[in-house]
Amino acid sequence: MAVCIAVIAKENYPLYIRSVPTQGELKFHYTVHTSLDVVEEKISGVGKALADQRELYLGLLYPTEDYKVYGYVTNSKVKFVIVVDSSNTSLRDNEIRSMFRKLHNSFTDVMCNPFYNPGDPIQSKAFDSIVSTMMVQAC
Amino acid sequence: MSPAQWDLPPELCCRPMAFVALTGLDVVYNAIHRAIWDAFCANRRADRVPISFKVLLGDHEYPKCRTKRTSYEWYIPKGILKTGWMNKHLNLVPALVVLFYELDWDDPQWKEKQSECATKVEIVRTSLQGRNTKVAVVLIQKKTPLPPGEDLVASERASALCGACDLSGKSLFVLPHTDHLVGYIIRLESLDVEYLSFAVNRNFYIAEFIYKDPHTFHVLSCRYYRTAYSLVHELRAHETNMLEIKTMAGFINYKICRLCFQHNTPLDAIAQFRKHIDLCKKKIGSAELAFEHTAWMSKQFQSFGDLFDEAIKLGLTAIQTQNPGFYYQQAAYYAQERKQQAGQLCSHEPGVVYPAPDPLETPSGALDFYGQRPWRQGHQSIDPPDSEKEKQGILALQVKERDVLHSELVIALLSNAVAQFKKYKCPRMKSHLMVQMGEEYYHAKDYTKALKLLDYVMCDYRTERWWSLLTSILCTALKCSYLMGQVKDYITYSMELMGRASILHEEQKSRIEKNLIKVLMNEVPQPEPDCDLTSVKTAQSLWSDRISLAGNNEFTIEVQDYVPFVQCKAKFLYPSFHIDEPVQLHVYVRADCPHPVRFSKLCVSLSNQEYNQYCLLEDTSKEKDILETSTQENMCLVPGKTRKYCFKFVAKTEDVGKKIEITSVGLMLGREMGRYVYLNWRGGWGDAASSHETLQASRSFKRRTRLPEQQLDWDTVTIQSSTMIISRVPKISVQLTHEPPALTNEMYCMIVTIQSEEDTVAKDIKLTAGLKPGQDASLTQSTQITVNGSEVCDDSHPALLPDISLGDLQPGQKPLYIHCMSTGSRILLFHVAYSVSATVEGKDINCKCHKDETVTLETVVPFEVAMKFVSSKFEHLERVYVDIPFLLMMDILSASPWPIELVNSEVQLASSMTPIDQPQSQVEGVTLQTSECASECFLLKCPPVQNGTSTVASGHYFISWKRKSAFAETSVVRTIVILPHVMLENIPLYVHAELPSFGRVRESLPVRYHLENRTGLVQDVEIGVEPSDAFMFSGLKQVRMRILPGAEQEMLYNFYPLMAGYQVLPQLNVNLLRFPNISSQLLRRFLPSRIFVKPQGRNGDTSIEAA
Repeated sequence: MAVCIAVIAKENYPLYIRSVPTQGELKFHYTVHTSLDVVEEKISGVGKALADQRELYLGLLYPTEDYKVYGYVTNSKVKFVIVVDSSNTSLRDNEIRSMFRKLHNSFTDVMCNPFYNPGDPIQSKAFDSIVSTMMVQAC
Repeated sequence: MSPAQWDLPPELCCRPMAFVALTGLDVVYNAIHRAIWDAFCANRRADRVPISFKVLLGDHEYPKCRTKRTSYEWYIPKGILKTGWMNKHLNLVPALVVLFYELDWDDPQWKEKQSECATKVEIVRTSLQGRNTKVAVVLIQKKTPLPPGEDLVASERASALCGACDLSGKSLFVLPHTDHLVGYIIRLESLDVEYLSFAVNRNFYIAEFIYKDPHTFHVLSCRYYRTAYSLVHELRAHETNMLEIKTMAGFINYKICRLCFQHNTPLDAIAQFRKHIDLCKKKIGSAELAFEHTAWMSKQFQSFGDLFDEAIKLGLTAIQTQNPGFYYQQAAYYAQERKQQAGQLCSHEPGVVYPAPDPLETPSGALDFYGQRPWRQGHQSIDPPDSEKEKQGILALQVKERDVLHSELVIALLSNAVAQFKKYKCPRMKSHLMVQMGEEYYHAKDYTKALKLLDYVMCDYRTERWWSLLTSILCTALKCSYLMGQVKDYITYSMELMGRASILHEEQKSRIEKNLIKVLMNEVPQPEPDCDLTSVKTAQSLWSDRISLAGNNEFTIEVQDYVPFVQCKAKFLYPSFHIDEPVQLHVYVRADCPHPVRFSKLCVSLSNQEYNQYCLLEDTSKEKDILETSTQENMCLVPGKTRKYCFKFVAKTEDVGKKIEITSVGLMLGREMGRYVYLNWRGGWGDAASSHETLQASRSFKRRTRLPEQQLDWDTVTIQSSTMIISRVPKISVQLTHEPPALTNEMYCMIVTIQSEEDTVAKDIKLTAGLKPGQDASLTQSTQITVNGSEVCDDSHPALLPDISLGDLQPGQKPLYIHCMSTGSRILLFHVAYSVSATVEGKDINCKCHKDETVTLETVVPFEVAMKFVSSKFEHLERVYVDIPFLLMMDILSASPWPIELVNSEVQLASSMTPIDQPQSQVEGVTLQTSECASECFLLKCPPVQNGTSTVASGHYFISWKRKSAFAETSVVRTIVILPHVMLENIPLYVHAELPSFGRVRESLPVRYHLENRTGLVQDVEIGVEPSDAFMFSGLKQVRMRILPGAEQEMLYNFYPLMAGYQVLPQLNVNLLRFPNISSQLLRRFLPSRIFVKPQGRNGDTSIEAA
């Protein structure tokens, strides 16, 4: 399960970012922010190889000692970042993918809300609860 | 233990080279030997085998070899790797000893020399004392050897020598001392390689020590290192030997990774390293010395980073997600953790001192085995032998750790990582590391460097709108600026931390605001929380010094680089203002801070600085408590409320047609006599976050929400940062009276009526009238305009008549005449300019106004003139004949929609034509309505011309006409029409008849025909009259005669008409025998063909019946 989930706008500012409260929130913010380096590199790479354009899942962005950072980018260049504890080895790639899919679906719902102004921070309760299901439950 | 205790020993890091000892060379006194030695040592390039050479004496004492054990069962090892071992095998114990001996195959004292050589070999063997070192002999010979097999003496003596020295044939070499010394040396070296494989293998001894089997040899060093590595981890690990195991594991891991990089298998290296880290991560060892573990971990990552970086320098390519930077970064993390742990574990009571007999002191001054505790070397049991000693030892280590400059280590590692990430396109990672560096500098109390780094990266986070990260950086930066007493930085960071980009809590913002107000009042601010106490003391004195410091207390902050707590939007009310109305400018200001704040000045700078004085709001009250807030006041900003300040000024008349721009808006906080800060919004609005916010607001549905009266929604305030000053709206009417269309060439009259609706006199009225500029160039040439309608324009008149001065106008009229010489439509412009005085805001200004009227004018042709030549019988003529009269006929067809009066017409004949009577205009005074036609004709003849047939000009036709208009007096226009040319021909015989205009039935009708010979020749003419039903006649019916040149013959006939009405006359046939081509028909054209015959008188009924 994730320790941090973030939604990043096309212009690379955070729309939504939530992390487990037990660890430093700031650290996760930095982790997500630095992972954008890799995301940007991958997106620019995808542009060249047209065949891969439909693949939104970017896979493991980079491993740190303690965390694994996964990335996903929508067609509108909104990025999802999921940070997972490195010790959590049971998590498979497929599960990460399905987490991103769920996140994307929920995000689409948020975007469909006529009262949501695209580009504003996400404050949807529905989205929040979806994220909660994917987060590590703080014990 | 030295501070560098975690560094890898240099023997480990160097490139392992086989150690070869050379003996029997006298490099000091023997030139040949010297040359040989130089050949070995000099120019050792990379392609030569890695060997380190040393010249030793023959009886050199090599390190002693311990007696071999026959059984290991009773053997209790004291440790894993002795500290001296690697050095010993690299530099002390040779893998090969080469004995140089000068001996030629044909030496006369062969026997003696051979036994001497054997003795020398024996001495070397003895000093080596049974170590696994090989011995080789090189014979230095003066003669070039013969090819192998040819020199029988040589082979025989060689085998004898081998036998004497107990050497295998392979270990005996011959080095002829010739020119090709280096070549031979290189060959020698390659022969040595065989032995070298053994030499390199010494490295496996690490593994072999664990195997306890020094006699096993291996070929692939890497594989054995791996085995050694796994064996290290198989050792029973407990608290006492944990450090030793980790140290060894680290050594072996280093060697494996290094080999992997050398063999260009970086992925293997990375995998090995990961395995290594995963295995060792949890092996913390003694909890009291936890910092040792993190220090070791940090070192592991750092060495791997170094190895990786080295490999890259040698040509390996790294990628964004796998580069040495990550390892340096991780090393830095562990170094930070070490620092933290050191902080926790080593913060002893002040009374605790370094233990008196130094437990870290060893008798030899060094350790016997790597990774062991100095106070219990060689001890291998699980529990420490002496718990008191153990305690002392740990204390000693802790005290030492306390003195380590952790921050320096961290910063060095971080800067290594920054350099790497910069290389591999990770700008955000780089920024993050720089933030960490800055924070580390902050912890190390190097605030200047900290601030420099933080300030450098801050804008990256600001532009990317990561407010949480920006806030955190700003907080550290604020602390630094506080601790250094940097007023401007302090103010800048405070302003941003109070603003909307900060995610701080209200109470924190409130604290910062209070501090900011203190600073602006030139007081010492409260210290920032969590600051080092001694630094705070220094800072406080710094701030107190600042108070007394005069001057240098004004600061300007360019807002576009920050997100301060005050927002501003300045706008002109309209995109343009008339000169006679005041220019209105609104400035909206809003604060996001927790408490209301007062400002002392608001000023707007405009592109024309003369207006700046009108856009200034200044606090006139000179009270001391200027920063005391009272919410009612105009210059107080209440959080979350938008305030509007209105400015008005009258633009200068010179600025008409110019643009006025807001260059900047300044807001002053603080007092002019004390300390103050100017917030400067370039262009009148916007800070680092505004453009995005404006974009979001423009998309938002929220803008439709209504706020209560007098409250403004900030987002709905739009920007209008420039305005145009335009001239006053004219209060006059310009009317044009005319009768379109214009007729070509006429003096078309247009009456311009200007009516002033001004309250005062309109002065200096000037009318510019004429063709609107920018039309077809041909129109300019064919349009002329004048105010004088009495004469027709010529080319000297312009197409556009500028500045017709009309003086001070009471309403009036002005006729204008336009002369259009071509048809088509053209646009005419009437521009009326005048000046009038007006009063704006109690100011008298002289306004220039103007009004433009344009009209599109069609020009048409007034009439068309058709001309033709006809005979006197009104028959169309193709050509005319000399001296024979003909008629010129003109038809004038009016095309004008307005009636045209033809004043006069006149034919001006060319010299080739003469009028027969006085030609007089027959259309004079005729008025033509639309599509009516007027005709006139003139009787003309042509005098003879030189050569028979030619085309002659006819002359010109002038029509004087004018538009018949009740509207205005029009002038007469003379239109010239060029008459067509006509063919003129001579005729040899001219025939004409003389007869009455009518006849009467049964009454004699005398007809006289005249025949004129127009040639210089005598002509024979045949004349005949054909009979006719309508006439009886008397006279010559058929006659042939001769006419003399120039003479005229007359023929008389009496016709007797028989029928009334138009009757065809009896036809006269004339045949010219000399000119057969002149037909009778042609001549007949000159003669009348019919005549009207009246009926007989009263008693003429019978005659009619008879007819």
